[in-house]
Amino acid sequence: MADERHFDEMFGTGEQHREPYRDYRQWFESQDTAWLHRKSDEAETVFRRIGITFNVYGEEEASERLIPFDVVPRIISSREWSRLVRGIRQRIQAMNAFLYDVYHRKEIFRAGRVPIEMIANNDAFLPQMIGVSPPGNVYTHVVGVDIVRTGENEFYVLEDNARTPSGVSYMLENREIMLQMFPELFARVNVQAVGNYPKTLQRSLGNCVPRSCEGTPVIAVLTPGIYNSAYFEHAFLAAQMGAELVEGHDLRVVDGRIAMRTTQGYAPIDVIYRRVDDEYLDPLNFNPQSLLGVPGIFDVYRAGGVTIANAPGTGIADDKAVYSYMPDIIEFYTGEKALLQNVPTWRCAEPDALRYVLDHLDELVVKEVHGSGGYGMLIGPAASRKALAEFRNKLKATPSKYIAQPTLSLSTTPILTKNGLDPRHVDLRIFVLVSPNKIHMTPGGLTRVALNKGSLIVNSSQGGGTKDTWVLEE
Amino acid sequence: MLGKTADGLFWMFRYLERNENTARLLDAGFRIALTRTAAAENEWASVLTTIGVKQAFLEQYERMETAHVIDFLLRDPSNASSVTSVIQAARDNARLLRTALTRELWSDTNECWLTLRELLAHPVRERELPFVLSTIQRQNALLNGTLHNTMMRNEIFNFARLGTFLERADNTARILDVKYYLLLPSVSLVGSSLDNVQWETILRSVSAQRSYHRLHKGDVRPREIANFLMLDLRMPRSLAFCYAKIVDNLTHLAKDYGVRQPCINQAETVFAKLTNRSIEDIFESGVHEFIQDFVRANNALGSQIEKDFRFYG
Repeated sequence: MADERHFDEMFGTGEQHREPYRDYRQWFESQDTAWLHRKSDEAETVFRRIGITFNVYGEEEASERLIPFDVVPRIISSREWSRLVRGIRQRIQAMNAFLYDVYHRKEIFRAGRVPIEMIANNDAFLPQMIGVSPPGNVYTHVVGVDIVRTGENEFYVLEDNARTPSGVSYMLENREIMLQMFPELFARVNVQAVGNYPKTLQRSLGNCVPRSCEGTPVIAVLTPGIYNSAYFEHAFLAAQMGAELVEGHDLRVVDGRIAMRTTQGYAPIDVIYRRVDDEYLDPLNFNPQSLLGVPGIFDVYRAGGVTIANAPGTGIADDKAVYSYMPDIIEFYTGEKALLQNVPTWRCAEPDALRYVLDHLDELVVKEVHGSGGYGMLIGPAASRKALAEFRNKLKATPSKYIAQPTLSLSTTPILTKNGLDPRHVDLRIFVLVSPNKIHMTPGGLTRVALNKGSLIVNSSQGGGTKDTWVLEE
Repeated sequence: MLGKTADGLFWMFRYLERNENTARLLDAGFRIALTRTAAAENEWASVLTTIGVKQAFLEQYERMETAHVIDFLLRDPSNASSVTSVIQAARDNARLLRTALTRELWSDTNECWLTLRELLAHPVRERELPFVLSTIQRQNALLNGTLHNTMMRNEIFNFARLGTFLERADNTARILDVKYYLLLPSVSLVGSSLDNVQWETILRSVSAQRSYHRLHKGDVRPREIANFLMLDLRMPRSLAFCYAKIVDNLTHLAKDYGVRQPCINQAETVFAKLTNRSIEDIFESGVHEFIQDFVRANNALGSQIEKDFRFYG
């Protein structure tokens, strides 16, 4: 059943199921497939009814789409999970130390471990943040770490999303729907709960209050508005935390603090969980054309009047070129070897690397340094000759815009198809919450699955779906 | 609560109420069009005037044909008052303030939007019209039921209800405004069967036929109808009933916030005009003027509420 070239998380490399899936498979085999398909349709109806949608850019208003949901869970053992937790904790700790260093003494560059060009010519570096210390020195309050697996013991960090990562609402809603659809499964398999995430997020943000905060911290979620692709998630998280969901035009600076316009006048906010990019945060300090932000918010921030989560300027840590230095960064700040591997990366800005990439283009994945969402990327083995030629020219013209990585043989997990279980490639986004002295990971995450057979692209904008992710109890 | 959220609630519920009213007016108009072909054009003209879209309709069509009127009022995307435009606007508002709604109210609103969108994806044939109109009304009844059964009685509820009753008062007043001549004493003397049908139509368009007949033992008299629609506090679509609710909700807000805003005085003034006068007085001093004054005061109250509660800034 399993494709021999890939590690399948249910079947391993043979016909025998792997241990974490044992109970699930026993249950699965006693189910009627037609009934499972009916359940699958039912799940879609529920998702549509409660409006768990994302908007697709560049299409008309009717473009709210559902992300396809597969009813077969992706299961992770508690041992595997603890290993990921240790690795990610180390990585995120180093990342925050790196950010502090980047915007203060720049020791890692002076030590020659990372070239200064990495920040000097990088749009993600925010000079306005130099010398600014965010409350508790936390930069990345929320991180989405993308993990891929290629074998029983091989896990890699594919990307760190340290700006405004999304997807956590799917983690929560996917679990919610599984509990509704298959309650008996959860009696049979001991799955760790994920439902505490919003509460934990609230507590975590509440521990990062600015100096000006008096009493219970007031938290607000700042959204670009209802046309943003992740609007559903912004509303969902605000509702779950009991926080206000605000847009830039609801806010203004009042007496050195950020305040929201309420039916009874302006009320101050302590922590802004923003889902607006740095560039649009403040038309006075950044992009003057921005209508999404709040004029003067950055000045209030610098004076300690509000916490912005994530801190402005964190993009410098998840930039794909900087990513390639993560093993060095971890070693520099923690004194330990990285517990989780990076995917080997060629920085095309370096002439030797570029030469190698051009020679092996049909074997590699090439990504834009600043790209996201799976756009502007080349998957060598799947690309046409024409696409390869075009990319070769792009690489020669602006090599520093690109990095290249080997095409990983991502693990598969079966999905439910007309013909029963069939393996598809998956990745995993793990959500990390950071507050002073605490790094928390909800046991679970968002499993994205490439629904097209053989495809390696899991992005929802390009034919990807999601699965509920189970971390088993010990 | 954010000013924006109050604004969203207010308009979401105005829009939902508006669709219900449109469905009811269409239902009453369609009844006339079916039974009295000669009177159909006139009836459609007054329905379009009541909804305030007669001019827009005539820019697209020369004559008031039933099929065109139905399509214009239900589905036309260029008509901002069509049921599809209005449910879209209501749902956009609901998305904007999702965090203020219970999970049930949000998902029922979303489902209402999905249902109507599907129902109105293609032109509605006449024989399907009763089903479509009753679906619109029932969806709205469901939302109001969910509002009452799941939402806290707090400022969120108050702003929702203010939207509902301001819109409803406006609608009833507009029906009266368009048909006021039928209520004048000179007409009542005529007493022809046509007029009877017209009066029945008025009652039908506010879902008040049965209640009225129960009260008046089937005796249809214009003055009683006017009294019923304007001053009767038991009738849930009368002007007086709407204003009792408006004053009530504004009073709750004033208590809750500890501030008495100017809008509450305005609402009380309007309410007093509806409670301290008899229908005879009103007819004496001119029913048409009374209704037009009311529509103006109702609009002014809407603007004052927006200002007092900082809907826009």
